[in-house]
This record gives sequence, C-alpha cells and structure tokens, in this order.
Amino acid sequence: MSQFAWNLTFIGITFAVYIAIAIRSRASSTKEYYVASGGVSPLANGMATAADWMSAATFISMAGIIAASGYDASRFLMGWTGGFVLLTTLMVPFLRKFGKFTVPDFLGDRFYSNTARLVAVVCAIFVCMIYIMGQMRGVGIVFSRLFEIEIWMGVLIGSTIVFFYAGLGGMKGITYTQVAQYCVMVIAYTMPAIFVSLLLTGHAVPQLGLVGDFMVDGTPQVPLLEKLNQLNVELGFAEYTSGKISTIDMFCITAALMCGTAGLPHVIVRFFTVTNVKSVRISACWTLAFISVIYLTAPAIGAFARTNFIASVSEKSYAGPEAVPSWFKNWEDQGLIAWRDKNGDGILQYNGDGAAFKGKPEFTGERGDHGERLVKNDAVDSKNEVYFDRDIMVMANPEIAGLPPWVIALVMAGCIAAALSTAAGLLLVLSTSISHDLMKKVVNPNISDKQEVFYARMASLGALALAAYFGINPPSSFVAKTVAFAFGLAASSFFPTILMGIFFKKMNREGAVAGMISGIGFTFGYIVYFQFIADHKDYLWGISPEGIGFVGMILNFVVAFVVCRFTPPTPQEVQDMVEEIRIPKGAGEATHH
Amino acid sequence: MSSEDQRSYWRSSLRVLFGILAVWFVAAYGCSVIFRTWLDENAPRIGNAPFGFWMAQQGSIAIFVVLLVTYAFLMNRLDKRFGYDKEST
Repeated sequence: MSQFAWNLTFIGITFAVYIAIAIRSRASSTKEYYVASGGVSPLANGMATAADWMSAATFISMAGIIAASGYDASRFLMGWTGGFVLLTTLMVPFLRKFGKFTVPDFLGDRFYSNTARLVAVVCAIFVCMIYIMGQMRGVGIVFSRLFEIEIWMGVLIGSTIVFFYAGLGGMKGITYTQVAQYCVMVIAYTMPAIFVSLLLTGHAVPQLGLVGDFMVDGTPQVPLLEKLNQLNVELGFAEYTSGKISTIDMFCITAALMCGTAGLPHVIVRFFTVTNVKSVRISACWTLAFISVIYLTAPAIGAFARTNFIASVSEKSYAGPEAVPSWFKNWEDQGLIAWRDKNGDGILQYNGDGAAFKGKPEFTGERGDHGERLVKNDAVDSKNEVYFDRDIMVMANPEIAGLPPWVIALVMAGCIAAALSTAAGLLLVLSTSISHDLMKKVVNPNISDKQEVFYARMASLGALALAAYFGINPPSSFVAKTVAFAFGLAASSFFPTILMGIFFKKMNREGAVAGMISGIGFTFGYIVYFQFIADHKDYLWGISPEGIGFVGMILNFVVAFVVCRFTPPTPQEVQDMVEEIRIPKGAGEATHH
Repeated sequence: MSSEDQRSYWRSSLRVLFGILAVWFVAAYGCSVIFRTWLDENAPRIGNAPFGFWMAQQGSIAIFVVLLVTYAFLMNRLDKRFGYDKEST
C-alpha cells in the first residue's frame, strides 16, 4: 500500500469514529449542550480535557521547539503542566461548587457587577478566537499535505467537520469525541518515539533513552546529552542543557504560562461537566496524568530529533553517494527545508552563525548546480546555509528513523485529532460566551432555553467562519505574535480576579474591576508596544512580552487591594456566598438559573 | 452544620493547599529555574542528565502529577472527616 492510501485509510477510519460518536451523543437541552448534564465520569472527563488542552501546536511544534532551544523550552513544559496544579488547588473545586456554566457567570455574581461580567466575556472571546485561528490553520496545512489540495480547501473541510460535531453535539458530543481523539494522539505521539529511542539509545522507554547513552551499531558511545552538547557547541549553538534565556525572564515566562493556564476559560469550563467536587479533584489528576504522558515524551523526541538532524545534515554533500537522506529532499519539495550553497562547495554547512537567509524561503522555481531548489530571499551575512521549519521535527521523525508508512499515517491522524479536539472545545466556549453571557445575561434575559441553544449554534457558525477566513488568509506572523496575548491576558485578568473572589471574601466590586482593568491594560499595552510598535528590545527589567503577564498579575493584585480599602465593603449576602462555595458539600448540578 | 466547623474545615484545607503549593514552588522554580545552574554542577546526575536540566524537563512534571494525587487524597479524607462527602444537603 502506498503512503497516500495509508493516510487515507487512517484518517477515514478515525473520522468515521468521531462522527459516529457525535451523532450518538447529540445534545437535546441547554444543560447537555453547555456542561453535558454535569454527569461525565472523572476518567472520561480527564481524557477529554487532556485532548482539548493539547492543541495542534503542542502536538506538532513542541518537540521542535525543544530540539531547537534545549533547556530554554522547559518554560513551556513546566508552564503548561504546572498550571494544572494551580487550577486544581485554587480554582476549579470552588467554581464547580458555585455551580454556574461559565467563568463570566462567576465573576458577574461574585462581584455583583455586569461590568466585571462584560470584561470577562470580552477577554474570553478574545482568548478563544486567537487560539482557534491557529487550529484551523493547522488543520488546513495537514489536509493540504495529505491530499495535495490547496490550503483553503483543507481549512473548509476541517471547519465543516468541527461545526458538525461541536455545533450539534455540544459539550456532550465533544467530550466523548475527545476521548477517542486522545487515544489516537497518544499512540501517534509515543510510538515513533519508542522506535527512535530503540535505534538511537537501545532503550524502549524514551524517557530512559534521554538520560541514556548514544549508541552506534549497538555499542554505547557517550551519554546522549553530552553528545548533543558537544554537537551544538561545535556548530556554534548554545549548549543544549544550558540555554540562553536569563533567569528572571525564565521565571516570569514560566509563571505567566502557569497562571495563564489556570485562568483559561476553556480549560476551567471542562471541570463543570463532572458530578461533584470530589470528582473534580480526581478528574484533574487524570487530566494531568494523561497530559504528562505526552509532555514527558516531548523532551526525548526533541533530543533525538536534534541529534539525528545534525548527524544526517551537517557537512553532508547535497548530491552523490554520501549525500543527505531522501527525507531532506522530500521536505525541501514541501518548502519546509531550503539550502543556499553560499560558498559553492556542494556541502551543507549548518551552524549557529545566524539565519541562512531572510525570512521563510521563497523559491524561484529553478534548480541549482547540485539539483537544489533555488531561493530568492535576501541574503544574510552568515556562514549557515540550511533553513528548516522546526515544525517538521515530529512529522519527519518517523521518516528520519526509516519507519514504515503506516506509522507516518498514524502521526498525520494524530495531528488532525489534536487540532480538531482543541478547535471544538474552544468553539463551544466561544459560542457559550456569546449566547449565554452576552445574549441571555446582558442583552435580553427573557430568551428561552431553546433560543439560547439556537444563538449558541449561530455564534459557533459565525466564529468558525471568521476562524476559517483567518486560517486561509493568516495576517502575516500575527498568530504567532498574539499567542503571548492569550496567556498574558488570562494571567493578568482571570487568574488573579477569580483567586481573590474565592480566597478574599472582603474583596469588593470596585477593587476587582479596577484590578482587572489595570492588569489587562498594562499587559496589553506592553505586548502591543514591543510586538508591533517598537523595533528595539530594551525590555522592562529584561522581561520579554511572553512573561509580562506575570507583572500584570501582580499589578492586578496591588491595585485591587488598594482600591478595596477605600471603597464600600462587599454586601453580606455575597460574603455568605463565598463562605458557601468553600464547603464542598451539596454541589448539585451545574445550572444557569 | 455549625460555622465553627466550617471555619476549622477551611483552615485545614488551607494547610493542605499551602503544603502542596510549597512543594510545587520548590520543584518548578527552585530546582528548575533559580538554583538550576548550581544544581547542574553540584547535585547528583539523573542517569546522564544534569540534575537541574532533568528537573526542568522531566522531574517537575512527574512531581506535579504526584502532587495532584496527594491533593485529591488529602482533601477527600478531610471532606470525610467533616462529613462533607455525602451528597445530601
């Protein structure tokens, strides 16, 4: 069977499964639509949340980022897992006890203010929108490569499928589909890692391979990480295990990612789907356990991919008997690898001297002296000749290791599962924010349940159309730059405000709103200034825009407490409500009345 | 249900919370960021990996999972002691 036939078979089977599940668990009431009647088992919910949380970016890019930056990439590994500790201990058990559908609901009631609700809705919509654009783009790219169609067609196919089961099935349909998607993802991610680990280090467990020895022809040579450090330093890169981000920046970025994770509305809402507070805690354990299977494998894949990549590319000739392997040329044909023979010796010089040329490769359509595709990008004064897109690390890994075609097809199916599950979850939160928090709570409280679900479906159609549009016409490098916003905003708005709402019952409306607005204002301004306006990098205290959400969060706390001291105290009934949510007893079902 | 009970439940759960977060902070920020360079050089290696590097890429994540299991266990036990584990109100 050809690669194409394998791809088609795997994608076809997985899609049939997703759609069958979606039809079987169609939502019939608002409660099923929003929180799956609050009756999903902790294990299933944990698995679904893990699939929701791990996006196409996690699946495709993370190992590539680790390969490229070694220790520095730990900020993502720790940030996106450590956030679950905060989420579980500080937020979700109490929000579940409170028993409403959405995060803006909690903020609106706790701070007896529609302003707080509105600020929360706007933030929630913004955060979800940024995320979903990236997902649709990812689906489009994978589809276009699989079926050799244009990206716009890939995006349209992807959007139709997502709308079909997110729009119709609601939370119930999504949850059970995501369980299936998690299974596909975890097999697709770990299996190639195990094979590569066996080839490279002789360990079947990739995590042991990472700390094991590098092998040549079955005999251990040197420790893998030492070999990697040595390769990196020889070529002029930073040492793999050391990295080059300053300690303070590393601290702030990790903190911003952690607090951002704990404040992301589409993650919090997942825990409203289980029966009671006890199940919330157990469900969170499962979620993190399932996530960590993939997060603990990623560093191993990163290190293996880096070693393999350098070994099979550096100082190899492009043509002839000792040439680079065929995958190099395949990915060159896809436009994700490029080579400009600057010194004309026909050998690939790959090193840390700088970029091979400016920007992403644009090909002239002609072939050079050695058969390579010529690029017309502006020259850069460096000795490095090789460009590669780091996203290929996961997808090319099975090819690099020479694994059979069905493993490659499996990885493709995994990529699509990751993108679809995240897009569906986000779409639901987005449509809920619009139909429930905006239409029902702010615009017209008299609409019926049926109308509410109708608005939700309309909103998801609108949001998806917008996301598909940006998936087809991405504002150049806009998505990559705005990811910092999503976490920065969640860390500086949702996280501190929810925290104060639960743990400081004296915190009043004025304090919360002032804190939220100053936290967001500062973070937003800082990111916009450094990402879009300024062309220098003289950061405040050396903290990059990625990590500024942490400073915004502290600002939020300070402003909130100062304002709270000088404004009227919280009404007694709200204080009683806070006392009540601290006790797990009688959580009942999640409701919106 | 007396409010004295509620207050003592809340105090106990805060103790659990601070314990968990203290370990969380030491694992994530202490070992993996702030004292990472020192630990890389002076602490015993994990396999062939420097200690701080290993903590940042593997150890801390494993510790997070253990922390959540511990949290669920301690809190569910606390609920039982105060009789908050029954569903009826």
